[in-house]
Amino acid sequence: MTAKQDATLRRTVLEKMYLARAFEDCISALAAEQGRLPGMQILATGQEAAAAAALALGKDDVMVTNHRSHVHLLARGADPKTLLAEIMGKESGVNHGKSGTLHLIVPEVNALMTSTVVGASPLLALGAAFAQQYKETNALTMVFFGDGAAAEGSVHEAMNMAGVWKLPLLFVCENNCWAGAQSFKEHCSAGNIASRASSYGMPGELVNGNDPDDVLNTALELASMCRDGRGPALMELTTYRMHGHGEYDKQHYVDPAEIEFWAERDPIVMFSSRLEQEGVLGEGQAEAMRREAADKVAEALKFADESPYPAPEAALEHVWASPEHI
Amino acid sequence: MREVHTGVAIREALTLAMEMDDRVFLAGEGIGVSIHDNPLMPTYGLLETFGRRRVKDTPVSEAAIAGLAVGASTMGLLPVVEIMFFPFITLASDMLVNHAGKLRYLSGGKSSFPLTVRVKAGMFGAGCQHSHNLEAWLAHAPGLKLAFPSCPADAKGLLLSAIFDPDPVIIVEDMGLYWMQGPAPEGDVRVPLGKAAVKRPGADATVVGYGRAVLAALEAASELEAEGVSVEVIDLRSLVPLDRETILESLSRTGRLVTVHDATKFCGFGAELAAIAAEEGFASLKAPVVRVAGPDIPVPFSPPLQEFYMPNAQKIAAAVRSIL
Repeated sequence: MTAKQDATLRRTVLEKMYLARAFEDCISALAAEQGRLPGMQILATGQEAAAAAALALGKDDVMVTNHRSHVHLLARGADPKTLLAEIMGKESGVNHGKSGTLHLIVPEVNALMTSTVVGASPLLALGAAFAQQYKETNALTMVFFGDGAAAEGSVHEAMNMAGVWKLPLLFVCENNCWAGAQSFKEHCSAGNIASRASSYGMPGELVNGNDPDDVLNTALELASMCRDGRGPALMELTTYRMHGHGEYDKQHYVDPAEIEFWAERDPIVMFSSRLEQEGVLGEGQAEAMRREAADKVAEALKFADESPYPAPEAALEHVWASPEHI
Repeated sequence: MREVHTGVAIREALTLAMEMDDRVFLAGEGIGVSIHDNPLMPTYGLLETFGRRRVKDTPVSEAAIAGLAVGASTMGLLPVVEIMFFPFITLASDMLVNHAGKLRYLSGGKSSFPLTVRVKAGMFGAGCQHSHNLEAWLAHAPGLKLAFPSCPADAKGLLLSAIFDPDPVIIVEDMGLYWMQGPAPEGDVRVPLGKAAVKRPGADATVVGYGRAVLAALEAASELEAEGVSVEVIDLRSLVPLDRETILESLSRTGRLVTVHDATKFCGFGAELAAIAAEEGFASLKAPVVRVAGPDIPVPFSPPLQEFYMPNAQKIAAAVRSIL
């Protein structure tokens, strides 16, 4: 990567981080209004540096994500309008109101499968990576899962089979310090997830998950190894879940000092300052990016608000692919 | 028509599908190099024919086998994976129930999952953790098609349909049938999903079953014929989609319905058939519906205990006599 490409990519990372933050701030505000949003809202506020991992992917690569997916999907280029409409249960939503926020599937950006069953995504990704190897493509699959998901046997099964078959699969564990109301040390006996990689014969890297440069560089390096046929890899992003499990979660079990500690390490604030200091961003550019993101989200909200709900009987559609059985 | 063993007929379907379409691959525990090394087993010899790229022996990892099928299918492949014994499908159930059956719906119809799962089933003296027919669980999960053949021709024809169907299909193979011969056409002759077969016409009662139980029902029908009772035997072949028309049409002529399956009775598939008769065929019914099934216990090991558990021709014939 040349210095100029590098600067362009880093600016894109920051743009996507601003977009994700604005998008989720909007959802957070809507969730606070009584009866405004159906269902639960699961946000990744504070985890926006993961956008850099998604941006390490090429057009043909596949991404499999989970219930905390907004950052990943927006980074890949998903349309905020149809995402927000989906989250509001509207017909114009990316999944026509069948998904909601928990399992947003966006084939338009190669996010073909999303699961809210914690720990399931790596198994779906295993199949996608197998298909890429089978078809002898140069593409890879990236799967996002959390530290809580790492306790599921399904994650072990996916890593084991991917290791045995040397599949082009990049496991990205976002360790946000909490699984529900249980802290990392309450559900993991080792100090990290990345060290498990050696059990599956793959490289494992522990990364500062609030530093987009660190995330981007490691993701590019590991993705390149996956593409070269060297098998799967694991990277663990150490980050923090600023809003609790969902918007209804008041985090009564968290020491406020801990939240304060991580608030001072806000990935967007740190990254925008760094890019300004390094001259990658000129004066006022970061603020312009932030405003542009806010405008896109305002436009998305207008679109979603003006969209109708699906007709009730549309509930019967989209079960079967075979027309004779519909 | 020539006769072949069911295990061989299934292998013909797998071979044809793989010859016709490079998107088809097989995966499962010991499907290539097997501890059950027998020419009547469905995947016998396929590793030698098609090689390690397309015939994948997997780790002992049912969830990953099912996940492999889900993920690879939406990428454009046509996976055919095997679950070694029916009770082990519980280990794969999240991938099947929550993913194969739901992801298309969750995507709003944008993604599809044309996968096939072959499940080996049956009562073979290994006890209840190797023998437990869970088809009612699967039939209860939206988005999954389910076939359960009783003879070589259907085992082959349904499998070919399943492999090239655009939706996820689970096909249950009763292993006892592997060793049994019957007529089966050569070549790519498919049996459509969702169409039952009238195995024997009759006028006095309708017996509806699937899998091995169909053979017991046919035996019962012969036994009853000697008593002057004419029994129609319907082989469902597919549980999902279900051919309600054939069942209700038969019931409209006979007025009596007996259901039979090897799975346990309570909340078994027979309960759904009885409900259809009650909801949609009530006016035709001359007698209560009778369900012949395993008692609500795990499948026992000791031969006399297993014999006690299993539905057979005598139990089916007794059920028919009870409503004449």
